[in-house]
Amino acid sequence: MTGLTFELLCMQLLTGIALGSIYALLALGLCLIFGMLNVVNFAHGAFFMVGAFLGVYFLGITGNFWFSLILTPLLTGCLGLVTEKFLVRPLYGRGLDYPLLLTFGLSYVLIEVMRITFGIEGLPSITPDGLSGTVNVGIGYFPKYRLFLIGATAVIIIGVWLFIQKTRYGLIIKAGAADQEIVKVLGVDIAKVWLLVFGLGCAIAGLSGILASPTRSVNPEMGIPILAESFVVTVVGGMGSTVGAVVAGLLVGVVYSMTSLFFPDLSELSIFVLMAVVLLMRPQGLFGKAGAMG
Amino acid sequence: MKQKVMNQTRRKLIIGGAAAASTPLWLNVANAQAETIKIGFPTPLTGPFSAEAQDQVKAAELAIKEFNDAGGFNGRKAELLVRDDKLNPGEAATRTLELIEKDKVNFVVGSLSAATQLSINAVCKERKVLFNSISQSDAINEAKDWSVYTFHESLNPTMTAGAVARYSIPRYGKKIVFLTADYAYGHEMVRAFERAGKELGATTLADIRHPLGASDYSAFLPRIKALNPDILVLCNFGRDLVNAAKQCTDFGLKSSMKIVTPVLLYTSRLAGGPEAFEGILGGTGYYWGLEDRIPTAKTFNDAFRKMYNGSVPSDYGALGYAGIKSVLASIKIAKSTDTMKVVAAMENLKYDWYKGPEYYRKCDHQAVQTVIIVESKSKNMKDKYDVFNILTIEPTTEKNMRTCAELGHKA
Repeated sequence: MTGLTFELLCMQLLTGIALGSIYALLALGLCLIFGMLNVVNFAHGAFFMVGAFLGVYFLGITGNFWFSLILTPLLTGCLGLVTEKFLVRPLYGRGLDYPLLLTFGLSYVLIEVMRITFGIEGLPSITPDGLSGTVNVGIGYFPKYRLFLIGATAVIIIGVWLFIQKTRYGLIIKAGAADQEIVKVLGVDIAKVWLLVFGLGCAIAGLSGILASPTRSVNPEMGIPILAESFVVTVVGGMGSTVGAVVAGLLVGVVYSMTSLFFPDLSELSIFVLMAVVLLMRPQGLFGKAGAMG
Repeated sequence: MKQKVMNQTRRKLIIGGAAAASTPLWLNVANAQAETIKIGFPTPLTGPFSAEAQDQVKAAELAIKEFNDAGGFNGRKAELLVRDDKLNPGEAATRTLELIEKDKVNFVVGSLSAATQLSINAVCKERKVLFNSISQSDAINEAKDWSVYTFHESLNPTMTAGAVARYSIPRYGKKIVFLTADYAYGHEMVRAFERAGKELGATTLADIRHPLGASDYSAFLPRIKALNPDILVLCNFGRDLVNAAKQCTDFGLKSSMKIVTPVLLYTSRLAGGPEAFEGILGGTGYYWGLEDRIPTAKTFNDAFRKMYNGSVPSDYGALGYAGIKSVLASIKIAKSTDTMKVVAAMENLKYDWYKGPEYYRKCDHQAVQTVIIVESKSKNMKDKYDVFNILTIEPTTEKNMRTCAELGHKA
């Protein structure tokens, strides 16, 4: 490897963090849903894809990125509410694989709906005005949008963290994840909490979809590979651990990026190697509690 | 009307059934003469290349319609049997075998990937059925895969990547970096670009291989920027190309290097949008804008527009049209649907369906044709179909192809 400089390594690190931001957001949504409802949401990638499509579509109509940044997660969140209420809810108490298969099927329905609505080629994504182009970050030029992506992810993660740690609802969510029986006894309608958490998780998935859309092509199948990668992230971080999701998301992004620099043809493989190593050393994941899978 | 058709069909069935049951063999043969000419068309209707595949089918249907409207062959009409090969070589082989064994197709045209066309070709070779491939591949020309039943309507990487190298190296410089999808077709494009580049004194700084179907290329880009080549060659296809082009643009690579791609697809450009592809140049077998200079392109486009609400055919779509046209025209020349007679007619065919004069080289049945070098537009576009500027057309010549001896064919 010739021409390896400190600047190049730093750029590679920054690229990895930008990449990891999307993983972290997706894994955060997956984790919320799993931690609370014990549902492995295989439609998460599809919600991500729907978010990207809706985001680009609204951006095309209104010309306003910020407007579509707010509207899109609201809509995917609502879609999540409907999914929980009418599809997932009847399956509670039937074991982990029932909702897993259901959401897996749902993901294909959503993909097909997008194919029918927007066509199989997908939509050309648009980088919002003012965020296109590159900016000098001291070590070289980096795309403005990806810096924005890192910042936006940080804001969202801190927002979700404050919500869970500092609000009454957050307290109920935490308590519900720890022991739902006690929460029920205390007079909380746990079904409503489940509904909201599923909606929140899907809203975050949609939000990551629109945030990711300017960096890649928007097509109906875009959620499939990223779903697999998000599961790697949740396994590395520890199933159900939100801190783990964020840390592991960034870690996976950086590992991918660094492998791309030195062994480009192994980049896709690297994150699975990381997962295997973590599982061997710490089966519950970096931040997971043992036996989280029930 | 419908009643009448049904009655006719029923009558045919009864006659056919009676004939099969009671008549001697020669009458069955005579009966078969009136049957439709069936052309099997395996192509990846689902999967990442589905947009291109569906366009292939549309254009192929146009060729079938033109043949039938002109009266067919001795009253026999042609029929297209489209099958989804799911971009999977195993599936492609199974579907092709089914087409031959169960549906009794006379010929096979189709495919849209280097891997599936080789598996379709292997089945056709074994069953001695003529196969006209409409997808790029270098391997299909080589003696070990080729058979006398194999025709290759499409360009191959040697021709396209070579033409792009011959155009871009003298203009933009000799230091080359490749970003390559890590599979046979990606490697073929690199090899072909380097082959043409060597004569022009080009050097390869790096060939960075990414996994097929990767969605993020950003991790490769800082290194490419640091290598500072004159030309970055994107040796990938479909959505990979869209993502790579987009991210190269985001990372500002275009300010310091020229980005080229051996195959610049019309559908990829539409999916990626004008900004992502701005200034990227590449090779293609067909662009509808040829109609300003080539009369047959105009005729083909107009027929396509009329049949499909004013839309224009894509590059791979046009190949679907040409692939079918050649086979059907050869049937008329051979005055037979017998495979070997049609093969002989096709070998001698001189045709101009849509892009100027073409013919099949005798030794490997490769269609000798022009390569069009186009550059993506981002300004002054007349409508949504107006996406490329035609920079040059590399003329039809066997000189830019690998020689018959090189491919392992006996002279």
